[in-house]
Amino acid sequence: MSKTSSIALFDRAILEEAAFGAVKKLAPQKLVRNPVMFVTGVVAALATTIFVRDLATGEGGVAFTGQIAAWLWFTVLFANFAEAVAEGRGKAQADALRRSRSDTTAKVLLHPDDPEDELWEPKPALDVEVGDVVLVEAGDTIPADGEVIEGIASVNESAITGESAPVIRESGGDRSAVTGGTVVLSDWIKVRVTATSGSSFLDRMIALVEGAERQKTPNELALSILLSGMTLIFLVTVATLWGLAGYSGTVLSLTVLVALLVTLIPTTIGGLLSAIGIAGMDRLIRFNVVATSGRAVEAAGDVDTLLIDKTGTITFGNRLATAFIPVPGVSERELAEAAFLASLADETPEGRSIVALARGHYSAPEPSHEEASAKAIPFSAQTRISGIDCGGRSIRKGAVDAILAFAGVLIESASPAFRKAVDEIAQSGGTPLAVSEGHRLLGVIHLKDVVKPDIKERFAAMRAMGIKTVMVTGDNPVTAAAIASEAGVDDFLAEATPQDKLAYIRTEQGKGRLIAMCGDGTNDAPALAQADVGVAMQSGTQAAREAGNMVDLDSNPTKLIEITEIGKQLLMTRGSLTTFSIANDVAKYFAIIPALFVATYPELGTLNVMGLATPESAILSAVIFNALIIVALIPLALKGVPYRAVGAAALLRRNLLIYGLGGLVAPFIGIKIVDLGVSALGLA
Amino acid sequence: MTLDGWLEIALVLGAVLIAARPLGLYMARVLQGERTLLAPVLRPLERRLYSAAGIDAGKEQGWLAYTLAMLAFSAAGFLVLYVLMRLQASLPLNPQGFAGVPPDLAFNTALSFVTNTNWQSYAGETTMAHIVQMAGLTVQNFVSAATGIALAAAVTRAFARSGSATIGNFWVDMTRATLYVLLPLSIVVALAYVMSGVPQTLLASTGVTTLEGAKQTLSLGPVASQEAIKQLGTNGGGFFNANAAHPFENPNAWSNMLSIWSMLVVSAAMTFAFGRMVGDARQGHALLAAMGILLVAAVALVYGAEAAGNPILAKLGIDASAGNLEGKEIRFGQALTALYIAATTGLSCGAVNAMHDSLTPLGGLAPMFLMQLGEILPGGVGSGLYGMIVMAILAVFVAGLMVGRTPEYLGKKIEAREMKLAILALLILPFAILGFAAASAVMPSALESLANAGPHGLSEILYAYSSAAGNNGSAFAGLNANTPWYNTTLGLAMLLGRFAYVVPVMAIAGSLAAKRKIAPSAGTFPTHGGLFVGLLVGVILILGGLQYFPSLALGPVVEHFLMQSGKTF
Repeated sequence: MSKTSSIALFDRAILEEAAFGAVKKLAPQKLVRNPVMFVTGVVAALATTIFVRDLATGEGGVAFTGQIAAWLWFTVLFANFAEAVAEGRGKAQADALRRSRSDTTAKVLLHPDDPEDELWEPKPALDVEVGDVVLVEAGDTIPADGEVIEGIASVNESAITGESAPVIRESGGDRSAVTGGTVVLSDWIKVRVTATSGSSFLDRMIALVEGAERQKTPNELALSILLSGMTLIFLVTVATLWGLAGYSGTVLSLTVLVALLVTLIPTTIGGLLSAIGIAGMDRLIRFNVVATSGRAVEAAGDVDTLLIDKTGTITFGNRLATAFIPVPGVSERELAEAAFLASLADETPEGRSIVALARGHYSAPEPSHEEASAKAIPFSAQTRISGIDCGGRSIRKGAVDAILAFAGVLIESASPAFRKAVDEIAQSGGTPLAVSEGHRLLGVIHLKDVVKPDIKERFAAMRAMGIKTVMVTGDNPVTAAAIASEAGVDDFLAEATPQDKLAYIRTEQGKGRLIAMCGDGTNDAPALAQADVGVAMQSGTQAAREAGNMVDLDSNPTKLIEITEIGKQLLMTRGSLTTFSIANDVAKYFAIIPALFVATYPELGTLNVMGLATPESAILSAVIFNALIIVALIPLALKGVPYRAVGAAALLRRNLLIYGLGGLVAPFIGIKIVDLGVSALGLA
Repeated sequence: MTLDGWLEIALVLGAVLIAARPLGLYMARVLQGERTLLAPVLRPLERRLYSAAGIDAGKEQGWLAYTLAMLAFSAAGFLVLYVLMRLQASLPLNPQGFAGVPPDLAFNTALSFVTNTNWQSYAGETTMAHIVQMAGLTVQNFVSAATGIALAAAVTRAFARSGSATIGNFWVDMTRATLYVLLPLSIVVALAYVMSGVPQTLLASTGVTTLEGAKQTLSLGPVASQEAIKQLGTNGGGFFNANAAHPFENPNAWSNMLSIWSMLVVSAAMTFAFGRMVGDARQGHALLAAMGILLVAAVALVYGAEAAGNPILAKLGIDASAGNLEGKEIRFGQALTALYIAATTGLSCGAVNAMHDSLTPLGGLAPMFLMQLGEILPGGVGSGLYGMIVMAILAVFVAGLMVGRTPEYLGKKIEAREMKLAILALLILPFAILGFAAASAVMPSALESLANAGPHGLSEILYAYSSAAGNNGSAFAGLNANTPWYNTTLGLAMLLGRFAYVVPVMAIAGSLAAKRKIAPSAGTFPTHGGLFVGLLVGVILILGGLQYFPSLALGPVVEHFLMQSGKTF
């Protein structure tokens, strides 16, 4: 994680603003978006009306009705507050983003078709249109999202990535996309504008963190249907209770029925649901990943298969020397020295890695003056050989067949040890390089794709999450298999073309799997679009960024693990709080039911297992607990229930224990404590 | 409670389990159209039926067509039955010369049998002519049960298939369930009943002179055959008013065990058929385990409460060691009566071998709560399975989120549409049970039907609507339900409980069948094994408890506390 935003869980300024926000959200047109809270608001208004009526007519029990009404309003306010806090944290982040977008002036080229003509006119960045070509020079801010069509420049993208090291943007290839609001540090580029103000990447990011354009995600929608349904069911239960109680001559007041209803309907999860959703998006952005929709974040939690590029993700991207294997009669040190000398003039990564290995492991000497002045034969793609001629020695290293030809040795006549070493390296997926001196073969250098150090653990973590990893590479199947087993991926796709990737994704999807993939190149775009979760790299092309449904600002493909975790966390938090909310109802029944009927049937006092002081204090305590629990759970809603990659069954057992059983037990204790307080203060 | 008693219970339940597995696997073959042992005999008959009715057995239906076919079939069944009852006076096979059945009773009874409820506001032996019993009631006993099996098969296919627009053919499923499953089984069971002394005759009642020299009329009729399908199809509508407590319906301990076995066996078998059809036997076992745990818990509650008896009697110095025997047949004993009570209400059977009105308050709470849970433990033939699947979907939705994935059941994602429909189905029961019960509780005219005052009277009303909406059909008695208000509202409750419930369930099936089946992985929430069974049991209890606790508190619960403190009504 390269950037952790430093907004504290409860920032003072955010809390103050959220307190006002909570009151503003009482407006019916806002409340109606949340059915559970809307019902609570309506009955709170009803209780208030009864309170006012009783106050006017001088009816008894006014204090009780008043307190119930007040706490019902608090229930709604607390829920609004939770949402406002979550939004406030997003807003704080959006403001930070907005500050980076200073009002810039674009240099719009008048004759973009003529590469020689650099005549431009100034235009406010807000007025730039799609298709305009703008010139951006050192020190200028890029006015809009676009694609570099000419030139090369280093760009500071810290405004959106938080990463201060500049990145190179150039025309053509995979590094041609630039983002509005970032600053060119050196040189110049011409940019064709692809998105205008309002729909640019930065705008989308701001809208997302502010939650302004937030739509309910599919799963959130399904959950709110369940919550509304439960509210309806409890409405039936409570409304019919009036009639059933009437049978035994008990007349239940509207106030107590309203209190019973609100404690039964799932206000806890209903009140925190949207806060959980906003906080989930917020967490993702703190993680430097921008999702185009909440739907994609949810889908990330469901991913079964992850397609991941080998180069740069699983391996370092270049083949590196890992061992020297001498033929009999040659010492390892001798071979290392020869290889070292032969590679001094080889500036390829492979050549440098041979030098590094020889220095590190065999402490090859610094080249003597004589050697340094000797004639170096640089590596070329044609000869596939590099080497050195000095002091009558002619040392070469290079591809096995090229060296054999150079030394004039037939492979059949080479020593069995040499042939064995070459075969073994090839079979293990590595590349053998031969080293010769004159006509004598000295041995073999083992070059291989080096797997990144902790990547295996990352894949093991994914397997524990139930995600299958598939490595995609252009290597031949033998090499691919060797690296796949070393890195611990579950499967690989060798000699893969972009079409192969797309076809693979389609077949896996046909088998009912959800696929995630990372990509950065334009040729990845179709596969990114086809995948259920397509994470494009910020360093990638505009086409890739448009095709994916998430953009990783750090351009780190293994981040998909964290993205998946955030998706899972989002769903887990909802599920856990729903379970908690429903389990809470059991205790509330034991508080309220005896209180309602103890006057008619004193025997029902047996059900008052908590030993609550009076019927009024029992009902009031249940309502107060119901309101306070929302506040108590705001931190959990914002932080999310922690995810552990231990498999679904273990996770379920753990969460059922905490939120299911905990939800059953906690309110018995909580209501009792509130009741002690209520009766001590003489409130009821 | 005695060890012997529990052994008797274990014996019957064990016999059910042993028979349910092969029966379930056989049913799966039948419902999947595979060849079975009975095919040589029944296949030609089946084909002839299709060609006579003009049905293309190879053509499958989507959920809507399937549901409409089912509704049309049930509506036709209702009309035929209604007309038969109204006109029975002028029809043959009416040796007693019974008059036509009055409209509200005919409406109630026709609905009652079409919905597989078999609520009887009348005494069978003195109201219904043989023609109605045989051509009307018994036919519905078969086809309403077969309809349940067909619906369950359609819902099961929704999980078994991937990306399918169709879920089977109602006419084919219904015909096969009748021909291959219910008919052969009831012939065997009817013969077993005849062996244990149940009459099977077309004669009218006979007069006999008792030992004391008094004249007594013995009602006779085709009892054994009706008894067989009444139990197997979880119908529960007895030939006699006393139902399975009557010595001609249930003469001895053996017939009692057979009676319990035969009402449980098909519903239990459905879970095995489910497991086979979705390709994972463990999924069926998990559902059956959840059903079994709750059923045995209910048996324990009834058995415990009844064996403990009434403390008021004990205080009067009466030996109460035999427990509460009021309303019970001594030939069945406490244990198997308790099992019968739990089974008949855990199923939507509704046959009774004891007077439920005479149960202790807690003993009466158990059957009432079982019905309010929606008749899923193990529920009526077919209807129990699809009811349980709705609960499983709900459990998976709430708990499935806790493992951090979009909830899925058997590889099918549970999304907004399924949730909406499941909620719609779930709303029906509290609406029908609590709504009508609350209305009756405040209507003076409705309260006149009550035989008892106090909380027990409320229990009688609650029980009646729970029974009707759950399509059970058993009665607490004590409530004279043969009034226009009760006949009509109970009829409506039955109608809602069956059809208003099943339409959204079928829509869920249609929506799930069309979805692609998702391959399971280590991150998939497992829906077999102990954890899921426990979760399912918890969800059923908490959800059911939350809906009905207040009403139960005012009925049986407070009655229990009152009894403890020495008060009666």
